[in-house]
Amino acid sequence: MIPSAFDYVAASSVQEAVQVLSQAGEDAKVLAGGQSLVPVLRLRLATPTTLVDLNKISELRGVREDGDAIVVGAMTTHHDVINNELIAEHAALLALATLTVGDPQIRHRGTFGGALVHADPAGDLLAPAVALDCEMVIVGPSGRRTVPAGEFFVDLFTTAVGPDELLVEVRIPKKTGWGAHYEKFNRVAQAWSIVGVAAVVWTEGGSIAQARVALTNMGATPVRAVGVEQALIGQPASAATIRAAAEHAADGTSPTSDGSADADYREHLARVLTGRAVAAAAGVGGWRA
Amino acid sequence: MTTTAQPATSEFGRARKRKEDARLITGRTRWTDNITLPGMLHLAMVRSPFASATITGIDIEAAKQLPGVIAVYTGADLDAEQSGLPCVFPINADATPPRHVSIASDTVRFAGEIVVVVVARSAAAAKDAADAIQVDYDPLEPVLDMAAALTDSTVVHPDYGSNKWAFFSLDSAAADTGGNADEAIAAAEADPDSIVVKRRFRQQRLIPAFMEPRSIVVDPTGEQLTMWSSTQVPHIVKTMTALCLGLPEHKIRVIAPDVGGGFGGKLQVIPEEFLSVLVARRIGKPVKWTETRSESMVSGHHGRDQIQDITIAAKKDGMVTALKGELTADMGAYLGLLSPACPPFGGFILPAIYKIPAYKFTCTDVFTNKTWTDAYRGAGRPEATFAIERIMDELAVELGRDPLELREQNWIQNDEFPYTNAAGLIYDSGNYEAATARAKELFDYDGLRAEQRRRREVNDSLQLGIGISTYTEVCGLAPSRLLGALGASAGGWEHASIRMLATGKVEVVTGTSPHGQGHETAWSQLIAHKLGVPFEDVEVLHGDTQSSSKGLDTYGSRSLVVGGIAVVNAADKVIEKARKVAAHLLECSEQDLQFHSGKFIIKGTDRSTTIQEVAFATFTSHNFPEGMEPSLDSDATFDPENFSFPHGTHFCAAEVDTETGWVKIRSYVCVDDVGTVVNPLIVEGQIHGGLAQGIAQALFEEAVHDENGTLVTGTLADYLVPSAADLPSFTTDRTVTPATSNPLGVKGVGEAGTIASTPAVVNAVLDAVRHLGVTNIDMPCSPQRVWRAVQSARGAVKSTSEHATEAAAGGGLGSIDAQQGGAE
Amino acid sequence: MTRITVMVDGVSYVDDVEARTLLVYYLREKLGKIGTVVGCDTSNCGACTVHLNGRSVKSCSIFAIQADGSEITTIEGLARDGQLHPMQQAFHDNHALQCGFCTPGMIMQAIDLLGDDPDPDEQRVREGLEGNLCRCTGYQNIVRAVLDAAQKMKPAASAPDEMSTRQPSAVAGGGN
Repeated sequence: MIPSAFDYVAASSVQEAVQVLSQAGEDAKVLAGGQSLVPVLRLRLATPTTLVDLNKISELRGVREDGDAIVVGAMTTHHDVINNELIAEHAALLALATLTVGDPQIRHRGTFGGALVHADPAGDLLAPAVALDCEMVIVGPSGRRTVPAGEFFVDLFTTAVGPDELLVEVRIPKKTGWGAHYEKFNRVAQAWSIVGVAAVVWTEGGSIAQARVALTNMGATPVRAVGVEQALIGQPASAATIRAAAEHAADGTSPTSDGSADADYREHLARVLTGRAVAAAAGVGGWRA
Repeated sequence: MTTTAQPATSEFGRARKRKEDARLITGRTRWTDNITLPGMLHLAMVRSPFASATITGIDIEAAKQLPGVIAVYTGADLDAEQSGLPCVFPINADATPPRHVSIASDTVRFAGEIVVVVVARSAAAAKDAADAIQVDYDPLEPVLDMAAALTDSTVVHPDYGSNKWAFFSLDSAAADTGGNADEAIAAAEADPDSIVVKRRFRQQRLIPAFMEPRSIVVDPTGEQLTMWSSTQVPHIVKTMTALCLGLPEHKIRVIAPDVGGGFGGKLQVIPEEFLSVLVARRIGKPVKWTETRSESMVSGHHGRDQIQDITIAAKKDGMVTALKGELTADMGAYLGLLSPACPPFGGFILPAIYKIPAYKFTCTDVFTNKTWTDAYRGAGRPEATFAIERIMDELAVELGRDPLELREQNWIQNDEFPYTNAAGLIYDSGNYEAATARAKELFDYDGLRAEQRRRREVNDSLQLGIGISTYTEVCGLAPSRLLGALGASAGGWEHASIRMLATGKVEVVTGTSPHGQGHETAWSQLIAHKLGVPFEDVEVLHGDTQSSSKGLDTYGSRSLVVGGIAVVNAADKVIEKARKVAAHLLECSEQDLQFHSGKFIIKGTDRSTTIQEVAFATFTSHNFPEGMEPSLDSDATFDPENFSFPHGTHFCAAEVDTETGWVKIRSYVCVDDVGTVVNPLIVEGQIHGGLAQGIAQALFEEAVHDENGTLVTGTLADYLVPSAADLPSFTTDRTVTPATSNPLGVKGVGEAGTIASTPAVVNAVLDAVRHLGVTNIDMPCSPQRVWRAVQSARGAVKSTSEHATEAAAGGGLGSIDAQQGGAE
Repeated sequence: MTRITVMVDGVSYVDDVEARTLLVYYLREKLGKIGTVVGCDTSNCGACTVHLNGRSVKSCSIFAIQADGSEITTIEGLARDGQLHPMQQAFHDNHALQCGFCTPGMIMQAIDLLGDDPDPDEQRVREGLEGNLCRCTGYQNIVRAVLDAAQKMKPAASAPDEMSTRQPSAVAGGGN
């Protein structure tokens, strides 16, 4: 199917993109990788009057090191995230989660920032952003601001990015040497997550010193599993600890019931998958009886 | 002329790589949507979003003003010409099927029904105009539940007056093929040495999901109106267009160019074909309609969708004494070409490979406000096979028997063929022992059972199940006299003609219409085998009613067993004609000639002439005696005496993660007996693809409607067609028991894999969790359903929504709010 | 309408396109590259896969206007001087297609897959093709073909002449 007609602007700079968005108002949409947006346009579920394409803004692509953080440009493709050495070393969780996004073709084109701003609760990069305590750098007409990932996701398909703003980059505090795992549960390879669990764990002398766990699709926005984290920290990295901690995974979540799963099943999955994700991240073997 | 022919026998059974591939792997394809004609216009359809509604107003004015729009037609504009779409197998002899309109005028009966046709200069302009059309509806309460529909006071077709369309029954007592099943079941219930097992199975609604969306081009500018259509059945479309729309049949030419899969989904005469004809004729210019995938999902016919109540009675020693199947089948809103006949067709094969002393089968066809159902790969037999193979497992469980042993105890033995089954079909051949023995060998049945025991003993969270399906099916449509006896309005023969060209090359014209099966290769092998010409020297022509004037097309695993026999019979006639010419050329009597490997040889001499030399001599015909026809061309129409009965044994080993409900197929082994094989490469490919579709029904696919009758699995993001990453590697093998019902000994293969595999997978899933107390899981066996079944069997968790309709997964597209659809 | 310049299958084209024209429709309708097909409207089926600047993408999810200045390879640009690409040959040799509608996209993605991992195992091949749907083959022979092509595309593999005449090991298939 063919999208309805729109004006197309290939912005050459962030400033230009923001300017066009300010002028075009609510009917403008930002075109990043387009791997979710273009199908929506084809189905005519959205009919924007203006599309602002960011693909020509080279400053939005790439990964760099900045002190104790690495900085990922919003237009860095999933493929580049997966293959980036800095990310592999300091934010392995992100690479692992990105590997589960879409399919190879989609990962060649789709972007990290685009996936975050799209904010589909079933998207696999939201929970890692939360688990990694990312800072989202947003540029708008009034300048630059930074929003922590925990406050970035506002609702279904809604983020802190205003209609005339852009997410330009994501700062990820280094988690060098942390164990990481993303556990995705879906029905076929291409399907969106029913539930996903992002976990990073720092172990010292056989104990879990620090842990961050966040859940995909357990609510309108990604959920940090604080109860699980608290139950893990300071405890021995053992199957028993993890099993007990994972029991808290669904605490405070509000999953929906939809065509792919009912809420109670999602809650159950969250517990099971959290155990598996943390065990994998902490390197605890023999998880399955 | 010399021949480079290989020995004739080497072609038959040879794993020839396909001729068709050359264009398909290089992109030199001829899909209907590739066709562009001068001045061609594009159609877009406005479809009803309501399952049941009265149309109260249509405003087309804004649309007509848009750039590029040529015309806009409503039902009122076209109703006088549109007649109705055909149903050729109504089952119900007492009534006329409700009129099946191509475009609705006042009432819509399913979400997806066409209400307006837009004609514009480009597809984009047509879509823009379609979006600008305002249709006002007065929504009505839709009929959605097929069981409730039978007593519902709301009826889909008020003129017909009931949601019950047809009632079909088979009774072995009445047909004298066995005893009275009801009496036998009642007797068993009263007999302490007998057991009666009853189960209800649900055949979910499926979508064929052929990869090439349907497309039509109609050119009305020539002497003959020409239609290109992505169809399995160009001949049927031609004849039905003539009969239904009142066009003279000789003024219509239908072409099925390259067609990208069908699986029954393109065995149809569709509203868009009729509307394209009507619109093109009015405007006098070529028109094209190509569907989008989401359009295809709601408007192409669906398949399956049955409730099956199955009762089996047996002695406690395991001998089956009676079988009863009572079906309710959802037709959807209208009757398509074969809709009412598909579920009853399964009734003939429900007894399967077993000796059933008393048998009864009934089927009630019901109207609802959904997309109509019709043939989908197997059409009735996958459902029947599922039912019998599932109930045999249930019986085994009730009796505490090994399911394979129980099957063996009841199946028809190798020395009992031909065998008349309880439904009256005559199985010409089969060897269930051989196929099963080979499958057991490949599967490591005993080793897997041992592993299963170990996992159960340690209460492993990952349990192992073994599923069996020892199926037979009935295919090769069909003996015309049987179709007639069942009330079909067409026969089941097939036609072929052979044109011997001057240079010894051969054109074979077939009435079958391949759409991925490889007929060009297989028919070339048949001709090379029969006539001794090189494989490369044969061209197979098909799918164009101008070159292939006569045919009944491709479905029901019929092409080789009916159409292939016609090819072989036509070749025999060519040889007989050529024999006369050869005798003339060699100055001998016909009786002295023997034909072998493309040569006529005078017995006992080294004098010979090749079929190519005969063809050239026939072309020149310089010295032909008076009365000798200067032509070798021949044709043949073959009407089979019986159906074809492939069979086999399938084993599935499935791991079930009892913590999440996740099912993983660990290994899948099948040994199929499809008789003599022309090309093992093609046969194996058909089995692979069939398995994938059968497994998909067991685990992934389901067409789900919401409470308003809207299809909520309306894209490939929601309707879960498995990818390579979701399927296992299969181990396949064959046994060969030649069919005795045709001269080649061949049997159909197109549907066997699908028919056999679904119950094998579900039996495996159940076998994995049976010891936990699980007795049934509806298809598809999604993780949630499996997990819930385990939970409720353990009694640990009360299901909060036992009857929740479970759509396929997919977070994204269906749920995206138009206003919020964000930027990625 | 906006003017774009693209290199498709080695030929340079300059065209005016509407912003909403998807790359796949530009290829099919403007350039006649009908080898690349449209199978869905949600980017699930992968039938429209082409290479954009050397990387596999779904041409139904990119606007033609975005391809300005790019180099595109379609199924029609793979064969060189009448010699099939080893992946095309492998699909033929292993009976990896039936109706053939998914085949162009499948071949283009398979080539990309080997670019990332020249010696994949079966699981890696299956995962690498997760974005391409086929309804005919059950994927078994597609996987077989990709593994076969991987062997033949190795730098040390036999010369092209040998390749085309060698009997493929998998012709008879498993279990025959």
